[in-house]
Amino acid sequence: MGKLPRPESVDIYERLPVPFGLVRFGVAPDHPEVKNVINTFTQTAQHARCSFHGNVRVGKDVTVEELQEAYHAVVLSYGAEGNRTMGVPGEDLAGVYSAKDFVGWYNGLPRNSELRPDLSCETAVILGQGNVALDVARILLSPVDILKKTDITQHALDALAESSVRRVLIVGRRGPLQVACTIKELREMVNLPGTRPEMEASEFEGIAETLKSLARPRKRLTELLLKAAIETPGEEELERRNRAERAWGFRFLRKPLEVLPSTDLIRAAGIRLAVNRLEGDGEGVRAVATGEVEDVECGLVISSIGYKSLLIDPAVPFDARKAIIPNTMGRVQQTAGLYCSGWVKRGPTGVIATTMNDSFDTARTLLQDIGKGTLDVSTVKPGSQGVSALLEKRGVKPVSFSDWEKIDSEETRRGEIKGKPREKMLDVGEMLQVARA
Amino acid sequence: MALMTSTRRLFHVSFRENSLRRAEALISATNTTSGNLSLAGQRMACIRVRDFGTNTQPLRADNKVTVHFTNRDGEKISVKGSPGDSLLDVIIDQDLDFDGFGACEGTLACSTCHLIFEEDVYNKLGPITDEEMDMLDLAYGLTDTSRLGCQICLTRSLEGMTARVPESVADIRQSGDGSS
Repeated sequence: MGKLPRPESVDIYERLPVPFGLVRFGVAPDHPEVKNVINTFTQTAQHARCSFHGNVRVGKDVTVEELQEAYHAVVLSYGAEGNRTMGVPGEDLAGVYSAKDFVGWYNGLPRNSELRPDLSCETAVILGQGNVALDVARILLSPVDILKKTDITQHALDALAESSVRRVLIVGRRGPLQVACTIKELREMVNLPGTRPEMEASEFEGIAETLKSLARPRKRLTELLLKAAIETPGEEELERRNRAERAWGFRFLRKPLEVLPSTDLIRAAGIRLAVNRLEGDGEGVRAVATGEVEDVECGLVISSIGYKSLLIDPAVPFDARKAIIPNTMGRVQQTAGLYCSGWVKRGPTGVIATTMNDSFDTARTLLQDIGKGTLDVSTVKPGSQGVSALLEKRGVKPVSFSDWEKIDSEETRRGEIKGKPREKMLDVGEMLQVARA
Repeated sequence: MALMTSTRRLFHVSFRENSLRRAEALISATNTTSGNLSLAGQRMACIRVRDFGTNTQPLRADNKVTVHFTNRDGEKISVKGSPGDSLLDVIIDQDLDFDGFGACEGTLACSTCHLIFEEDVYNKLGPITDEEMDMLDLAYGLTDTSRLGCQICLTRSLEGMTARVPESVADIRQSGDGSS
């Protein structure tokens, strides 16, 4: 990439006063090494030609059109802050949450700080079987002694310490061969202290026979799943399971039909599930309703069935069906000078490395467009000076990266007192106060 | 990108500090009753302190091992590293500019240090743990002679070997390996 043109400046606009998005608010508190990538991001942000402008709401404080007037190119990489809904009756009952909000709650996302989920029930049902679903299950069942050394928010820690949840079911529409989680997260559940797996052997019929035809990643994942679900444990493991006070398990071929209310009609008391069977094979496997129905008693329902991007500005093309910005290799359709990367470009799946590589792709596309002349950089543009003038007029005060570093230091200081890597601030007002101090 | 190279130099300083801290964490972790699952991910295959080989002489310039990397543009780059360094350490130390390489800083929390080896070299590499395989399984373009560079310790028997840095480009389709 040495021959590509070098931008004079790259400015980052972020709605919150704090950077890093899902690395801060999505990655589970007990996965600190996944957050190491923050060091790389920090080095980039501190580069002389890069500047961070937090506390700026694109689409409200400044429009995308105004950004396009100020810059030669604008890249939209604002992710997916919405979530897919189950679309079933009872979804609005107390005790029903999206995984997005539940994760936001324990990770300190300001807009979820007042969630106050009710953890006074014995059974929790999670819909979805991806890594986010497993994160939620693991946080619900982890010993508090482990969690208290992480950057989990204090209010979540306190709530989990009082939690009555003893059993977590992780429910999916399809079968064991279609689970979307990856082996590291499954292994963490299998090894979670104080818990035992509880699954129905009947749901794994015929699975062992498919192993030899599977590619290595899926094969190893399925082997581990079978081991946890149906293999007779050795003596030591059997003893460990008998001592365990908490249980978790996958349930397959189940789709939510309705969240059943309590007698006072206020909160969730159960969930009605349609029983499926599978049709087709390989990539084309589909879940088809059998007509059978099953009710499961539970007081906590968490739907982890996918994030969803939202429209940031009416001037930006948006495919409402796929919930992404229509683009070709990161070039937003019908809009010169506008690019996109990450989940808002490809849809809301993929780990950090996937999304990071996608961003490199968009960057390469953009730089190649400059090099080829398809992106015109001959006119002089005001850049951040132009935007700053607009923001000042509108009473918006951006937070710089060194302002964020003050917030960072304060959170780290507060965490140190408690033996945690940091204690996150939950209130944007407080963040701004510390940033300006 | 030139941008990446200059940031790498700054990054490399904190990376070294992290390496030593992680080595300490590893040593203290093995002494405590394990309840902290995250420390398992910080397990380091190579401890960068000294050459632990049978040669007990202090590190000298001729103690180095020459290895080659074929980058994503097909260019072959030759560098020297010290026995005991991981291949990720070597790549960082030598400022080799592979985009996105080693994002999790050698803690088995990503697959960005994915390297492909020739079969005879692959067979000489140390044993692979479940934890490494778990992350390697997510690597784009996984082969039968793939390993994660952060888990491979340089030894003299690897003198002259070539490792290929595979493409990390995400497919336009969702990856079929089950990573969410």
